[in-house]
Amino acid sequence: MFPNQFEYQRPDSVQAAAGLLAADPDAKLLAGGHSLIPAMKLRLASPSSLVDLGGIEGLVGIDAAGTIAIGAMTTYAMLRDSRELSRVLPMVTDAADNVGDPAVQARGTLGGALAHSDPAADFTAIFLALNGSVDVTGTNGTRTIGADDLFVDLFTTALQPDEIITSVSFPAPDSGTGMAYEKFRHPASGYAVVGVAAVVTTGSDGNVASARIAITGAPSKATRASESEQLLQGKKLNDESIAAAAAAAANGLDINGDHFASEEYRRHLVGVLTGRALTRAAAGM
Amino acid sequence: MATTMTAPGRVAVRMKVNGVEYAADVEPRLLLVSFLRDNLGLTGTHIGCDTSQCGACVIHLDGEPVKSCTLLTAQANGAELTTIEGVAKNGEYDAMQMGFWEMHGLQCGYCTPGMIMTANAFLDRNPDPTEAEIRHALEGNLCRCTGYQNIVKAVQYAAKQRSGGAMEPGPGTDLDFEHKDVIEHAPEDLQDWGDQLAGQEER
Repeated sequence: MFPNQFEYQRPDSVQAAAGLLAADPDAKLLAGGHSLIPAMKLRLASPSSLVDLGGIEGLVGIDAAGTIAIGAMTTYAMLRDSRELSRVLPMVTDAADNVGDPAVQARGTLGGALAHSDPAADFTAIFLALNGSVDVTGTNGTRTIGADDLFVDLFTTALQPDEIITSVSFPAPDSGTGMAYEKFRHPASGYAVVGVAAVVTTGSDGNVASARIAITGAPSKATRASESEQLLQGKKLNDESIAAAAAAAANGLDINGDHFASEEYRRHLVGVLTGRALTRAAAGM
Repeated sequence: MATTMTAPGRVAVRMKVNGVEYAADVEPRLLLVSFLRDNLGLTGTHIGCDTSQCGACVIHLDGEPVKSCTLLTAQANGAELTTIEGVAKNGEYDAMQMGFWEMHGLQCGYCTPGMIMTANAFLDRNPDPTEAEIRHALEGNLCRCTGYQNIVKAVQYAAKQRSGGAMEPGPGTDLDFEHKDVIEHAPEDLQDWGDQLAGQEER
């Protein structure tokens, strides 16, 4: 299988790449290519041109001192192998080790995953639970988009057609924070049939000061389990409060069913995995 | 670097494959696995599922395992690649190849090049893995013959051998020729065999 014909461009700056996107509404950005190229081979996507970000310096790297800043072209393999990152955001390194397989991890990028907003991606939920933000550059300059505003719908984000994610930031977690990502893997692709990311911070009184729980795989875009988050607020994180939060996790979510898993099954998984993620988060505080 | 004249709609690429420099003008849509197989004649890299799930096409790009069916040749511009043909050195199988041999890590052999490339990259990163870690590392490589048991044993064999362990014979050594001979003579033997077959057809 091979894609339809396209023009290939490899600019050396983000500004030049944004200009190429603005000049051709049919152009697509190529990062790791592990979603785009399979789609092009199946002719589900036939862009007129590809703008390869692989030739731009400065889009790769991890800075975990203070606010955590990660270049958009940083691969899952780099996240997986980063010792400094595993100390501050263990959920990120752990999840990166469970994206696809090692060859997918070697090419797939954090920025690509967020910009693509695949409903079964892992890092959309992780980004949302960690309250991350993305810095983007377009022909009109730069701006920052927060986690709660980035994902709009299935494969749809708040990015303008000429905007490119350049880096991804996460606030340094407060002390007393636990985090975990749990997923039910599709056995062949490694995608999340359902995935749940939970980040919980307890205050000095031992009660939950903040909880962010994000679901992927089940809804059309990564979505917070708001009801569960509210149920945990101000409570001790124990078996009882975790069970209540897990039971409420699918409430209000519009859940997809397909040939991999029915809506009912996914709804069940959302509860089970929310319970597991919260339990592991509590253990890691 | 010399300026390369590139025909319209084509991309000039340069890369080092198994230590040899190549330069070519390719269509942007040419997949790396096709470039290796069809342009360079390196057919040890296999096309399996063609949807980036089976791992038969895994090679190393700048030391990382990648699925060459899901990369454009243009994306490998400037890179150093290793394919299965570059694993044996000076006619000697490496530890992983020996492991697959000794532990019967293959039956039909279709998945083997990708398995070896994935497993070697994994041992570079984790030289002393547990069995569970080996199985996790091989999640992206599908084998329909072995049930994976002997592949895991092959990787364990290679890990031990890489860390200075002796090349102990496994169940695969019950053969009356040396491994070295196979590498040196296989192409010729195959050629002879091919000629014989062709001769038979003519008759």
